[in-house]
Amino acid sequence: MSFAMEPFLALILIGFLPSEVWRWLGIVVGRGLDEESEIILWVRGVATALIAAVVARIVVLPPGALASIPLEVRIGALGIGFLAFLLIRRSAFAGVLAGEAALVLGALAFGV
Amino acid sequence: MSEPPAADAGTSTSAFAYGVRIALTSVFAFVIVFTYIGFGAMAHDYGFSVGWAMLSTALQWAGPAQVILVTGLGPGTVLIETAVAVALSSVRLLPIVVALLPVVKREDSRPWQLVVPAHFMAVSVWVEAMRHAPALPRAHRIPFCNGVGLTLVGLGVAATAAGYYMQAVLPALFGAAAMFITPISFLCSTARNARQILEKAALALGLVIGPLLAFTQVAFDLLWTGIIGGTIAYLVHRYARKRSPAA
Amino acid sequence: MTDTAIARPPRSSAQAFRDGLRAALTSILFYVLLGNYSGIGALCYEFGFSPIWAVLCTLLIWAAPAQVILISTLGTATLLEVAIAVSLSSVRLLPMVAALLPMLQREDTRQRDLVLPMHLTAISVWVEGMRLLPGVPKEERAAYYNGLGCGLLFAATFASAAGFYLAASLPPLLAAALLFLTPMSFLMTVCRNTRTLMDGLALGLGLVLGPLIAAQKIGLDLLWTGLIAGSAAYAVHRLRQAKASAP
Repeated sequence: MSFAMEPFLALILIGFLPSEVWRWLGIVVGRGLDEESEIILWVRGVATALIAAVVARIVVLPPGALASIPLEVRIGALGIGFLAFLLIRRSAFAGVLAGEAALVLGALAFGV
Repeated sequence: MSEPPAADAGTSTSAFAYGVRIALTSVFAFVIVFTYIGFGAMAHDYGFSVGWAMLSTALQWAGPAQVILVTGLGPGTVLIETAVAVALSSVRLLPIVVALLPVVKREDSRPWQLVVPAHFMAVSVWVEAMRHAPALPRAHRIPFCNGVGLTLVGLGVAATAAGYYMQAVLPALFGAAAMFITPISFLCSTARNARQILEKAALALGLVIGPLLAFTQVAFDLLWTGIIGGTIAYLVHRYARKRSPAA
Repeated sequence: MTDTAIARPPRSSAQAFRDGLRAALTSILFYVLLGNYSGIGALCYEFGFSPIWAVLCTLLIWAAPAQVILISTLGTATLLEVAIAVSLSSVRLLPMVAALLPMLQREDTRQRDLVLPMHLTAISVWVEGMRLLPGVPKEERAAYYNGLGCGLLFAATFASAAGFYLAASLPPLLAAALLFLTPMSFLMTVCRNTRTLMDGLALGLGLVLGPLIAAQKIGLDLLWTGLIAGSAAYAVHRLRQAKASAP
């Protein structure tokens, strides 16, 4: 019998997790959600790291139109946008504008 | 919670209309249109149809989950990883729903009546609802939330389609800029919501570890990044909290 | 159910645990589990898993329907379908755990103290627990339940290994009989739990449609069967309700 995934990995990901999640939800229902419990904190950490990884993935391995822009410009624009966010009252709006402006200007300057 | 005087007395329909009006005049309307134009552009460049993109917005209504799905369904991806990543990224919705439902429901609310408001739950809806719902009589809160939610989702779906078609016709530079909206806005909004060491560390670690693992071509690199980065961030958080309990 | 007053000196956690263990060993469910899980162990052997995998499967998942689905479809169905089917089959764990908590926890119960009872909760453990816990003083219940759960889980784990090796060494007829235990006992359990027409109809339709849909060789046949048979039974149920309430 050949498996599409290593059996022990499948046991955890496909057997344990999907089944156990209902027990976890049972605790939530029976007890309410403790927002500061250790498990929730850890899950929040994982979820945040995940979103950051997705951001990095889009910028570092982009498809389509974004791929035509040099890597340095993409990363630089991300950095400039983030810097603007930090400097301008932690405004996401300022960060997005600055990042976009940096991207467009960088693309025009360094060839597209 | 005692019943305050009605801010907008009347029927459920007027409560719904009030919700629509609040939604259209909130800052979130602008934010959602802007970011979903970016999502529409992204869906186009990753090869999905406009109908799929609009449906994704309507059914998922969660930016990170949608982006993970779009970037995680191509060749060379493992479906299970994408599914788990989507589920994890939406974990943040659980506390939002748990916090908002008691404000919104009535004693006799049946679970099925809460499904639609729960679906609309996103940060934007939560913020607006928490601001306005307590001023409304309890009977009107669900229609109000539905008004807010439906309007914002509607704007999101329309913006998705608009971004999609713009991507198809505009020159490459505009397309690149539109696609860039998603990563830069995620980065800034996640950073803005990161008030504790935990989230700041997780953000930084994810940005660094993510590309590293992606280049090693290991399976489930996204999940591994999340787990490794998240665990280290959690440990850093606990260490920092021990040092100064006020952190 | 009120706490029945027990006129005896309070027992320590270790003693309460042993009490629970003893209750497990003297319960008829102990032997039911031995039989049931021998079948599951045999199933693992037949589908080509290792004995360690079989034991871990029981320890980690501790839910027979989920395990059977995992074992029998992991090689043939898509990973996503298996995950969804496994998850759906375990939905019943949610209300069980939620109903158990009020019996176990007190104001000072920490969340991590509930992790073990939570994981040990399976139908057999829960049924026995709900029956026996009211007779146990509240301070001892968590330890008692853990003893009960560990005792029954031990039976299942032992039987998983034993069934595996039996299937490997028994002559084909006896091995086949062992394998037959699992579907037979599942059928008996579901039949016994069938109280309404809807349950019976869903069961019957599932039995008939299952092989038919599987023969079509489409993907997700397990889920389609569940969806179609379950929805048909539900539709009949709603129709009858409508007719019964019509004047």
